Amino acid sequence: MTDAGRFEAYDEHEEEGEPKEEQGYEGQDGPEKGDKDASVSDSGGSGKGYGSGPRPDPEEPPRIPLPRASVEDTGRPLPDLVTDPVPLVLEHLVLKSLLGAWALAACSPEETLAVETHLGGCGSCADEALRLREAVGLLHKAESLDLDPALRTRVLESCLERRPPRIPVPGWAAAYDAETARLDALLQDFGDAEWHAPVRLRWFRADEATSRRTTVAGVIAHLLTVDGLAAIALGLDDPLGDVEADRPTPSARTEAYWRASHFPPNRSVRAPWREQSHDLVRTVSFTGGQAGGMTVSYGDFELPLHDAMLDRAFECWVHAEDIAEAVDYPYTLPSARHLHDMIDLGARMLPGALARRRRNGLASPRHGRHLGLAGGPGRSVRLEIEGSGGGEWLIPLDSPAAVGSAEHEVAHVALDGVEFCRLAAGHVSPTEAAAGQVGDREAIRDVLFSVASLSRM
Amino acid sequence: MAKKDAPPRWDRRMQQRLARGEAAALGELYDRFASLVHGLAHTVLGDERAADTITREVFAHVWEHPDTYDPKQGPLRSWVATLTHRLAVQRLRATETAALAQGGHGTTEELERKVRHASVAARADYIVQAMPVPLRAALEQAYFQRRDYRQTATDLGVTEDEARRRLRLGLQLLSTAHDADAPPGYGGAV
Repeated sequence: MTDAGRFEAYDEHEEEGEPKEEQGYEGQDGPEKGDKDASVSDSGGSGKGYGSGPRPDPEEPPRIPLPRASVEDTGRPLPDLVTDPVPLVLEHLVLKSLLGAWALAACSPEETLAVETHLGGCGSCADEALRLREAVGLLHKAESLDLDPALRTRVLESCLERRPPRIPVPGWAAAYDAETARLDALLQDFGDAEWHAPVRLRWFRADEATSRRTTVAGVIAHLLTVDGLAAIALGLDDPLGDVEADRPTPSARTEAYWRASHFPPNRSVRAPWREQSHDLVRTVSFTGGQAGGMTVSYGDFELPLHDAMLDRAFECWVHAEDIAEAVDYPYTLPSARHLHDMIDLGARMLPGALARRRRNGLASPRHGRHLGLAGGPGRSVRLEIEGSGGGEWLIPLDSPAAVGSAEHEVAHVALDGVEFCRLAAGHVSPTEAAAGQVGDREAIRDVLFSVASLSRM
Repeated sequence: MAKKDAPPRWDRRMQQRLARGEAAALGELYDRFASLVHGLAHTVLGDERAADTITREVFAHVWEHPDTYDPKQGPLRSWVATLTHRLAVQRLRATETAALAQGGHGTTEELERKVRHASVAARADYIVQAMPVPLRAALEQAYFQRRDYRQTATDLGVTEDEARRRLRLGLQLLSTAHDADAPPGYGGAV
């Protein structure tokens, strides 16, 4: 039959309860205008399309089965359901209550028969039965609607063009906004199996690869607690609440949070993580373009708020990749603009990382000639990042206070942007990173190991 | 994502923030409703790019005219769904009419039938999403997992009576998708 036939049939009995003379049962084979004719014309009903079970003869009055002893009362085993259904005698209200299950073919054969027999004689039930069975036709498997993550940016940008915001999200928070939204979309359809899938967090410590085992939910808890450092700086609630961390560092906070929960983290961690990330974006929007000179303390070091938000965006992406890998989902790169901002942060943090390694006796000593006085040019390595989000940076080698200088360039190292990020995340070793190298070997080695030293849990 | 924040309060606050021109609020609005909007538009239009376009139009409308939403009239979610429905059906009718005018096959009646069918399907999807979780869970067991109502009762840890009640009520709600040609009943279903 046609859809029109179904809708017309439907329209005839929008009022509930009243039996109608003519019922447009789903005439599956009726001609377009024939639905009504094909259906029942008396108050009984053979009801085309009712599906399973024998149908009562429309010529005869509705069959009322005789009462029978229930087998359940005899203590004998119940008969196999495959046997022919034995008509049950059920009250109108019970039969009515069965209509939903009947429409879904979720009754026993005996009940199905009893319902269908009843429908022949009860207009209000027949009416509802039709309505419910039509409703079943509207059910379908929800399509897996993976929204294109790039759509968010496109939609928001087009909105903001039409009506410029009075309170924009600062450019330095845009990557965090986008990356948290992407990760949240990844988590959208996760079942328990995914939430508890094992993940190995990897990073570099003192030039050694190290790792920590957790689960997908554990990773989100980790992001929640470390994003919490920015929340604290902004005067928002600390997600750790009453939980005491030994030290205010990302790893100590994470370990404390994991320890404090009585059960392993589960999907319930998603809501507070997402709520906090929304709160962060909202709150930084009110700090003004320069982040109001605020800093975020990571325990061992501090970052200006705008860099901390980039750092959190980077961590969010890196851990989203960890998660995607653990559950074998694809995950795409951040937008080129955001990737560039993250790489730029890494490049700007390199001089400090070089100095730290040197203090710890891991890097080669400074070279005397161009110590790089504060603000002056120093011995430099040219860092060339290729591909999406790429660019060039001159990294002063001997002092964070020095300025990178092309004249004092001692080496040139070229990496793909994603490779640089994997190195900075501690996911590839500095000795294995695919890097094109020209010039001072030792300087290049220092730079690559310093990139890896930016990684942490 | 289901937040526990009482909806009317969240809705009012969201409207205020949008009216104030807070871009962060627009992002949150998108995060909460994008899959609803895109899903409904996709059901009506059956096309990914057309659904993208409707998604853009819906959020642009809310962003540009946050005051057209009245929290007293119902939840923001229903309002957004109604808006999506209207724009998507408009677009479907416009594209089908244009195709017809350019000598495409079919009749005006078929066009109206198609529009109506898409409209009911979208309303049904919304009702399923918006119905109380226990009802949806019962339908899920009985329809998708092909469990009979007794098994459904066991699966859900409820009595057989309750399982029957949930299946019937769930289908009753769903059947309202056929009602009211216009305006779509996104508010009244649950």
